[in-house]
Amino acid sequence: MSSTAIEIEEKKDLWGGGVSPMNVSYGKLMMWFFLLSDAFTFSALLITYGLIRFSHPAFDGAIDDFVFSQEYWPVPEVVFEAVPFLHGVHLPLIFVGLMTFVLILSSVTMVLAVEAGERMDRKGVEKWMLWTLLGGIAFLSCQAWEWSHFITGTDMGSKLLDGRIFHGANLTMNEYGPPNFAALFFFITGFHGFHVFSGVMLNFMVFFQTVTGKLERTGHYEMIEKVGLYWHFVDLVWVFVFTFFYLV
Amino acid sequence: MQQNTPIDVKPIDKDKVKMFLRVTLYLFVITVFEFAIAFTVPHEYKWVRIFIFVALTIVKAYYIMSEFMHLGHEKGALKMSILFPLLFVAFLLFILLFQADAIFQAVY
Repeated sequence: MSSTAIEIEEKKDLWGGGVSPMNVSYGKLMMWFFLLSDAFTFSALLITYGLIRFSHPAFDGAIDDFVFSQEYWPVPEVVFEAVPFLHGVHLPLIFVGLMTFVLILSSVTMVLAVEAGERMDRKGVEKWMLWTLLGGIAFLSCQAWEWSHFITGTDMGSKLLDGRIFHGANLTMNEYGPPNFAALFFFITGFHGFHVFSGVMLNFMVFFQTVTGKLERTGHYEMIEKVGLYWHFVDLVWVFVFTFFYLV
Repeated sequence: MQQNTPIDVKPIDKDKVKMFLRVTLYLFVITVFEFAIAFTVPHEYKWVRIFIFVALTIVKAYYIMSEFMHLGHEKGALKMSILFPLLFVAFLLFILLFQADAIFQAVY
């Protein structure tokens, strides 16, 4: 028996079968590969945003002179400047910054739930999963408000190329800039929002399994880790969406 | 149901929690710094802004993947099988940004 331990140390036997070369369970490895494929999907969407943005003219004046026009790509900090209950106040990127912090904090509570799970601390897992669920639901609510504001539009609206005044946005027209700007906004933040929604569902599922004691009877809390990987990924994607859609 | 073996709950790993809180602080500070850049560096310096934003985003992504997703503490083979394929993303970014410039030149 003592010789097997030594043999495993050798590289060629590591891949020879009978051991787990990457030292993770099947479920966790497959979650990683799923996330890799999802990362490609999100990269394709964000790079397409870059392609379409840079094939339009950029606004090249002082930021105070900026007006919405179909002629050039809008400056995001002028488009996303509304905060609930503060109608008409110019607060660029404040609300989306708040959403970023909500999602980062729910990622932190998730990592604390995983830590509690490793210690078989059922009460700790329940507590931190509840906070994580709350963060996810808060983020989705913020996004619902942001979408409805974006669709409704500003009080003034702006002039389309054919001279009509249009308020807000849909998939073919918008007051903020070239039609593709709104289409990309709906696709990219919508696809991410749907991931957050599925994440909340999965979080609720593992929370339910913790509360009913199913995970405790299984003898480990690996489900929390696997769902946690997905939840952190959703946060990771938001970091990129935040940069490329709102800051750049 | 034979639910009689008591579950032994281990004490909190203080170092680990401290490390998570430190990473949270980093993410918070970097995001605040990004806001500061967004409102202090004028839009004329477009490429300076983009460079700083992308660099800081990669730092944030590193902390999330390495500590929160635990990838930094996994075996090298797992790290490489996740990170290496992401080079295709850099490739797509490279060709599509060239394409964007070509479309811009053709249309305007």
